[in-house]
This record gives sequence, C-alpha cells and structure tokens, in this order.
Amino acid sequence: MAIEIGRVKEKSIFKDRIMSLLPDGGNLNACLTCGACSSGCPATGLENMDPRKFLRMAALGMDEEILNTDWAWMCTGCQRCIHVCPMRIDIPALIFQVRKSWPREKRPKGIRGSCDLALKHDTCSAMGTSEEDWHFVVEDVAAEVRETQEGFEDLVAPMDKRGATFFLNQNSREPVTEPEEMIPLWKILQKVGANWTYGSKGWAAENYCMFLADDEGWERIIRTKVDAVEELGCKVWLNTE
Amino acid sequence: MRKSLGDPVAEELRFVVRSVVGEENFVDMLPNRSNNFCCGGGGGFLQSGLADARRAYGKTKFNQIKATNAAYCITPCHNCHAQIHDLSEHYEGGYQTVHLWTLICLSLGILGENEREYLGSDLAQVGL
Repeated sequence: MAIEIGRVKEKSIFKDRIMSLLPDGGNLNACLTCGACSSGCPATGLENMDPRKFLRMAALGMDEEILNTDWAWMCTGCQRCIHVCPMRIDIPALIFQVRKSWPREKRPKGIRGSCDLALKHDTCSAMGTSEEDWHFVVEDVAAEVRETQEGFEDLVAPMDKRGATFFLNQNSREPVTEPEEMIPLWKILQKVGANWTYGSKGWAAENYCMFLADDEGWERIIRTKVDAVEELGCKVWLNTE
Repeated sequence: MRKSLGDPVAEELRFVVRSVVGEENFVDMLPNRSNNFCCGGGGGFLQSGLADARRAYGKTKFNQIKATNAAYCITPCHNCHAQIHDLSEHYEGGYQTVHLWTLICLSLGILGENEREYLGSDLAQVGL
C-alpha cells in the first residue's frame, strides 16, 4: 500500500494549473530539494525567497503567499537554475505564470508602461519612437559621420533595403538617448561588406510585453517584427538585444 | 544568445574578443559559459522600479567582475550594459563597461571621437 505523505488538497492549486500549461508540466513535481538552483541564483535572499523555496511553496499550495511577494519580478529568467537542476525543472516558466497571474494594472508600472508604448507604433519601440523620428535620427547621425570622419564619406545606414541579407534591429534607447553608439556597428558592417538594412517597422530589439507576461502584446510585437523582416525579404534577423 | 543557441556561439565571441584585445589582455570570469551569473538587468528588472533589489541581485555579478581585476567589462547587449555600468558606479567598482563594437572599432583604428563615451582615460585618446 502506498503511503500518503501530507494532505492532498481538494481544490486545484496554482501549481496544478501551471503544470497543465507547461510542456511536460515543467517537471514541477520532480524536485529533489537539493537546492542547487538556490545556491547559484543571484535572486536568492531577496524578499526572503529563493527558487527552491518558491517551488516548494507552489507544491504545497501556498498560492496566496506566492502571489503576495514581488519576488517573481526579481527573477530575470536567466535559466541558470534549469542548467544546474538534475531534474531540469523549469522554474522560470513557473515565474512567468506567476507574473501572468497578477492583474495587469498591478504589475510593475515601468514594465507595463514600456509594453504599452511599444504597442503604440509598428516600430515596437518601448521608448515610443515613431517611424519618422527613427528615420530622422539614423539619417542625421549617418550624415554627420559622412561629413566629419575621414574614410567614411560614403557610410550608409540602409533603411528598408529590399532583399538585404541581414535585418538589423536596435535597442530603442540607442537612437533616443545615445545615437552615437550605433555608429561603430554601422562601420563594422560596412567594413566587412555586409548586405544589411534597418526597417521602418519592427526595428526595436526589446520586448517588454514579454517581461510583463502580457501574452497578447508579446505576440503582437513578435508578429510585427517578423512581418517587417519578411516584407523586406531578408534572410537573417540580427538581434542586438 | 547562449540561451537560444548554446555555448558554442559564445566561443566564437571569445575568439573575437581575444583577437581584438590580445590574448594577454583577456580574462574569462568565473564561473563562465552556461554556469555564469546573470547581471540582473534583464527580465524587465531595469524597468521594474525595484532598484534596491536589482542592485542587490547584481552584487553577485559585481563581485565576479571585481575578482577578475580587469579594467574593462565587455557586455553583449544594451540591457547588460546599463546594469553593469550602474553596478560599477553604485558600488564604486572603478571598471569601465563597454560594448564589443567599441573595442572592435578601436582595434581597427576606426573609432570616432564621439563614440568613446564608455572608454576610460587609458584608451580614450588611442588612435585619434
């Protein structure tokens, strides 16, 4: 006869719901409690939490406690815990589902704001940069290099170049807050003779809707970016983020 | 990149870094590759408003960088750059944080005067 350890809860607990969403249930029941995850996690100790504890609390049905801590927003999803786990437990997937369980308006304002801004334009820029502003900055910076830097009189940062091999994206903080950081990249691409282009649409590298655990927004941003690459017939999507 | 394409891709970047800075100037941090520590800038942490927690998380990375005694830390993306740069300032680490493109262009002798924001005084004038 099997020995039943602990009390079996009758209600469907958070963890069961999450397991039904993850491939192989994310192995969330397979924890050996070894603590390898926690010993190497930089978020261990924050909010008096660590990955093992978080997972055990989920396993024990401590739904309320799990949702009442900010810790899910302190995991970066780096996956080191999976790397060292003998059972390959997908803790970051658990974290993502916990984030998703927060009411959208309660999720961190900064992440939410960046996601909302990215959904405003087809540029997908979390800074809310429009296509016009993007065109202006790139051309303005390129023109200045052509005028002032010897050897780069013919430097170009191609925009919407159909059939280019590489579609390059860019973290939108670069054109907005430090545009000169884009120049070295252009020079390298020119130097090696790469056939590349930026796009008017979908050029922003970041995706805060993913971090916000807003599936609908996340998908919309990814689809906008993929469409932009395919529209120009590019072969490689170069992600700098 | 390591998460999606695996460690071999990161090996190719080590080749680039070694070629650019010279073998004798390259220090790998420990632990490294898939066993490395995340800097704490990603996952939305930089935008979350939880700055104290983010810097406490980043202390692991900061200690790891300091243990190399390197004067420069090369970061792969804007997010890591922002976090590791902030950690150096906040904990007074004294190291510089640079994008790889800066060092590639510096080594090729094509880095412009206005593209040196993150270089220290030892390299700021090189090749001008």
